[in-house]
Amino acid sequence: MKKTGIAIAIMGLGFGLLSNGVSAADMVVKLGHVGPLTGSISHLGKDNENGALLAVEEYNAKGVTIGGKKVKFELVGEDDQADPRTGTTVAQRLVDAEVVGVVGHLNSGTTIPASRIYNQAGIPMISPSATNPKLTQQNYAGVFRTIANDVQQGSAIGKFATGALGAKSIAIIDDRTAYGQGLADEVEKAAKASGGKVVAREFTTDKATDFMAILTKIKAQNPDVIFFGGMDAQGGPMLRQLKQLGINAKFITGDGGCTGEIIKLAGDALGSTSYCTQAGLPLDKMPGGKDFKERYKKRFNLDVQIYAPYAYDAAAAMIEAMKAADSTAPAKYLPALKKINFQGVTGNVAFDDKGDIKEGAITVYQFKDGGWNPVN
Amino acid sequence: METLLQQIVNGLVVGSVYALVALGYTMVYGILGLINFAHGEVVMVGALTALQTLLFLMGVAPDMAPLLKLAIAVLVAVPVCMILGFLMERLAYRRLRGAPRLAPLITAIGMSFLLQTLAMIIWGRNYHTFPQLISTDPLQPIDGVFITPVQIAIVIISALMMAGLILLVTKTRLGRAMRATAENHRVASLMGVDTNAIIALTFVIGAGLAAVAGVMFASNYGIAHYAMGFMPGLKAFTAAVLGGIGNLGGAMLGGIVLGLVEAVGAGYIETMTFGFLNSSYQDIFAFVILGIVLIFRPTGLLGERVSDRA
Repeated sequence: MKKTGIAIAIMGLGFGLLSNGVSAADMVVKLGHVGPLTGSISHLGKDNENGALLAVEEYNAKGVTIGGKKVKFELVGEDDQADPRTGTTVAQRLVDAEVVGVVGHLNSGTTIPASRIYNQAGIPMISPSATNPKLTQQNYAGVFRTIANDVQQGSAIGKFATGALGAKSIAIIDDRTAYGQGLADEVEKAAKASGGKVVAREFTTDKATDFMAILTKIKAQNPDVIFFGGMDAQGGPMLRQLKQLGINAKFITGDGGCTGEIIKLAGDALGSTSYCTQAGLPLDKMPGGKDFKERYKKRFNLDVQIYAPYAYDAAAAMIEAMKAADSTAPAKYLPALKKINFQGVTGNVAFDDKGDIKEGAITVYQFKDGGWNPVN
Repeated sequence: METLLQQIVNGLVVGSVYALVALGYTMVYGILGLINFAHGEVVMVGALTALQTLLFLMGVAPDMAPLLKLAIAVLVAVPVCMILGFLMERLAYRRLRGAPRLAPLITAIGMSFLLQTLAMIIWGRNYHTFPQLISTDPLQPIDGVFITPVQIAIVIISALMMAGLILLVTKTRLGRAMRATAENHRVASLMGVDTNAIIALTFVIGAGLAAVAGVMFASNYGIAHYAMGFMPGLKAFTAAVLGGIGNLGGAMLGGIVLGLVEAVGAGYIETMTFGFLNSSYQDIFAFVILGIVLIFRPTGLLGERVSDRA
């Protein structure tokens, strides 16, 4: 791994020198990107990187002039292996490479520790996919994300349950992890605010397989909807046990259970009364989605996985902010980034004072025909 | 009322699995005074071996009757676990038989880690779907109380296996040799009992029971995973202590009581404490009961009937 890292660094250096040599008149500005490029979710990491790369290349093709000089943007890609420790190491490497902004990281777990390093160095970062609310609650000036966070997701679930599903009573279970508990608390708040009654609030762990006792208790309350904040490994067995206990309540879970894995684990216990949510719109529903899909396919000969459009908008937001501030210095374009407002691929890109996207979209999926299908 | 009955059914099902696993702990403790912490991992190996067999059978003979497939899977998993139990005793614990008690205990914990890591290398980190070959469609014997055929099978199979074990230990020559070994190794061997063979056999029987428990556990929940043995192992150990470690009847009673306490505890802890505690404390509830029992009966519910050894 080390050797590859060095090789990449040398290659990066080589390309850097090369591009400097080719167009000496241009000012070269480096942007960083971090995501897992090896390991089990490396396909998602590469997808993010391609999204950011597409934005950089398109702006370069159009030509950007900042401070009277023609600017050529360059994307420095790093691999954090979805590992928090590696995440901080590569973050430091990007700081040392003097990038002026970072798109990334992919996971909340790697993004939060890395954000401290970028903050100390005064480099703005925009994550296209980290949803944990804590990221923007650290009050770091230069931390943003282009995807809705779990607070937004929780409130969307609460509203969907009481609105579209017409639930009067709702039971909430969480797995006591930072993710599950955080999401469940937001769902509870939102459900109560929109007139729903929370009839049961139960807890389990992220290692449990038996939920019969708490489900039996919930059954006695006869809720219209059961929400579970946790991962698919618990959600699957939980769905089976709901069926075993003859509970007919509708079931909703968050993005941790919105996977293909839960379909395997739950088997025939999944039905049309099962729902899940994910941050973000389906690609076809994004304002610039169709066009982006074609451009991406043409450039990389690959299909968009999930978050590439968010990475594209993250890179675009940085470049737009530099244009608005007429400077590529982090300290100078950061105020412009805070006030940025433009039409991106995923929708209108503008951040609130914490750095969260203002109009973050959440999509609700329903189980139908053996898969998750977006609900209109 | 239905809720309470349903919780009792839930408790009985979970308790039967605990009891079956607890027997393995208690048998080994009764004979060696060793707590075999790797026993929970044998449960996991049983489940994953059965899964592997089922996947193989589904590949070569998809039309085979589901129950026959499951039976074959159990027949593969049980000997594999028995060999594992035998090897554990022969390679890790036998050499430490004369050592201070702490040494075999630490070895057992190490064995548990070793087995888990090996399983992770073989079967990977992902959760596997365990095919549910016995129906999980719920029946309603009493209105509002649900039980699935697989749960009924778990309770019945556990009861049969426990009864069989009791008969083996109390009525057969082999059982008498086991009891003699438990009472005093040296005297038993002077009387012509091959104590090494008896001790190895105890591990083998315990591992066989654990393999069946693993298959039942995986069929009930529909999942198998390399770390799945840890929690049931810990709970079964608790059950063995609760019932009186070293005592077969105690392990069964302890398992059932623990299952019931957990289910009823998780269901009613909030009402009982007027909302002060909730179901995130369900595991603590089980251990509080354990603590109370041990305060009043330090040797567990049925006491430790094994006499002190020199």
